[in-house]
Amino acid sequence: MPRVNYAAPSSVDEAVKALAGASGLAKVLAGGTDLLVQLRSGRIKPDLIVDTKRIPGMIGIRDEGNFFVIGAATPGVMLSSHAGLEHAWPGIVEGADLIGSTQIQGRASLAGNLCNASPAADSVPAVIAARTIVVIAGANGRREAPAEAICTGPGRTSLATGEFIVEFKIPKPKAHQCDAYLRFIPRTEMDIAVVGCGTNVTLDANGVCTDARVVLGAVAPTTVIVEDAAKALIGHKLDDATLAALDKAAQAACKPITDKRGTIEYRTKVAGVLARRTAAIAFERAAAR
Amino acid sequence: MSKHHVTTTINGEPAEYLCEAQQTMLDVLRDELGLTGSKEGCSSGDCGACTIICDGNIVCSCLMLGVEAEGRDITTIEGIARGDELHPVQQKFLEHAALQCGFCTPGLIVAAKALLDTTLNPTEEEARYWLAGNLCRCTGYDKILRAVMDAASVMRAEAGR
Ligand SMILES: Cc1cc2nc3c(=O)[nH]c(=O)nc-3n(C[C@H](O)[C@H](O)[C@H](O)COP(=O)(O)OP(=O)(O)OC[C@H]3O[C@@H](n4cnc5c(N)ncnc54)[C@H](O)[C@@H]3O)c2cc1C
Ligand code: FES
Ligand code: FES
Repeated sequence: MPRVNYAAPSSVDEAVKALAGASGLAKVLAGGTDLLVQLRSGRIKPDLIVDTKRIPGMIGIRDEGNFFVIGAATPGVMLSSHAGLEHAWPGIVEGADLIGSTQIQGRASLAGNLCNASPAADSVPAVIAARTIVVIAGANGRREAPAEAICTGPGRTSLATGEFIVEFKIPKPKAHQCDAYLRFIPRTEMDIAVVGCGTNVTLDANGVCTDARVVLGAVAPTTVIVEDAAKALIGHKLDDATLAALDKAAQAACKPITDKRGTIEYRTKVAGVLARRTAAIAFERAAAR
Repeated sequence: MSKHHVTTTINGEPAEYLCEAQQTMLDVLRDELGLTGSKEGCSSGDCGACTIICDGNIVCSCLMLGVEAEGRDITTIEGIARGDELHPVQQKFLEHAALQCGFCTPGLIVAAKALLDTTLNPTEEEARYWLAGNLCRCTGYDKILRAVMDAASVMRAEAGR
């Protein structure tokens, strides 16, 4: 690999300084499962790598009042072994857990998945569906942004030079609220989503949906929040008419490409199917709590 | 660009080395430390031939920088045997002839050992998913799975369960 400088700061301030002071391109390192592949292939040529994993709080899950606060570099293996998070948001854990193999799970983080900015990133739809807030550090201090504001196109983010994500604040579920994530791949492991769908619903005591977010991955340049799909669910129980309206709304939101994983027509159809299936799972889970 | 001085633990022993920032842990193990058991199949995280255990989790050493090992606890294939005795996973790989060319074997043994560190009662399905990041182009996986499941039963017997 080409030569590069490396810093492993032990505080957020030091990291911000290192990123701001870099002479050329500076890249933040979490688990490296995207970054190292890109370094090796020559796709990116940074002058400096800033490893965030030595900063206290960047790895770990805290229970803070109304939020789970997840350090940006926390590896997948820690998410799936956190009983409280798994119970609260099985969909988020399902999405994160689908990333790569056991080896990849030992390193891959939510921040890396979000900031690599692939439209097919598996953890992102359910994270957005839960209305997650990300906390961003930079030269002007800290700011917060909704998770959906980060990725602006394939490989592009809204983070300014020198900014990086410190943590994810995921609101805890309300009564009768739960989520689900499904992706379609032609095999059972180690592949990139043809379509992914994260659905988060809140029901009333009678099983009528009062709030919803349906988020599709891999059907457009970024993850898509399908407002019309949420509208199709809110005010309804999950009957056949609701499912049909949901399917139609999900398909209408797709602007996919044709590639070796699937054609435009196929991806669009699968998006409708996954919206229905994730809604069925999320409704069942929400009703059971 | 000066070299980084790294102090870490490899296979239970303190280890120190100098490396450049862009060297992967796999490069360091093989080229600086002479630990050539870990193999380079793809260098992109897909094949698992480079699998090591870092602070209790299996990772691809091709996707970790050598400098990141500072203060960590690393186990490679060279540290799996119990002194002069083979680990049950290694013994069962031999008995079941779970290898042909052997290129995938170190990574598979490290990954399987880590599985059995987390549970002595994996189902075959769990073992298959756990090992999905280890590719083998020779065996067709069947003998590997049999070796791993057999090693689990040996280790259950050892543990009196
Ligand atoms: C074999 C293999 C299989 C994979 N399978 C899947 C899959 O099934 N689904 C999937 O979605 N992905 C998959 N991936 C991609 C990758 O593992 C994920 O995107 C992962 O979540 C990246 O996390 P990381 O911590 O390793 O990120 P890194 O590689 O460390 O970083 C990725 C990007 O995010 C930036 N970044 C990291 N942390 C921050 C931060 N705190 N603030 C701002 N920017 C940051 C980095 O600069 C870099 O640009 C796979 C990768 C491999 C090698
Ligand atoms: S060489 Fe590391 S996964 Fe293939
Ligand atoms: S024995 Fe040859 S790759 Fe597995």
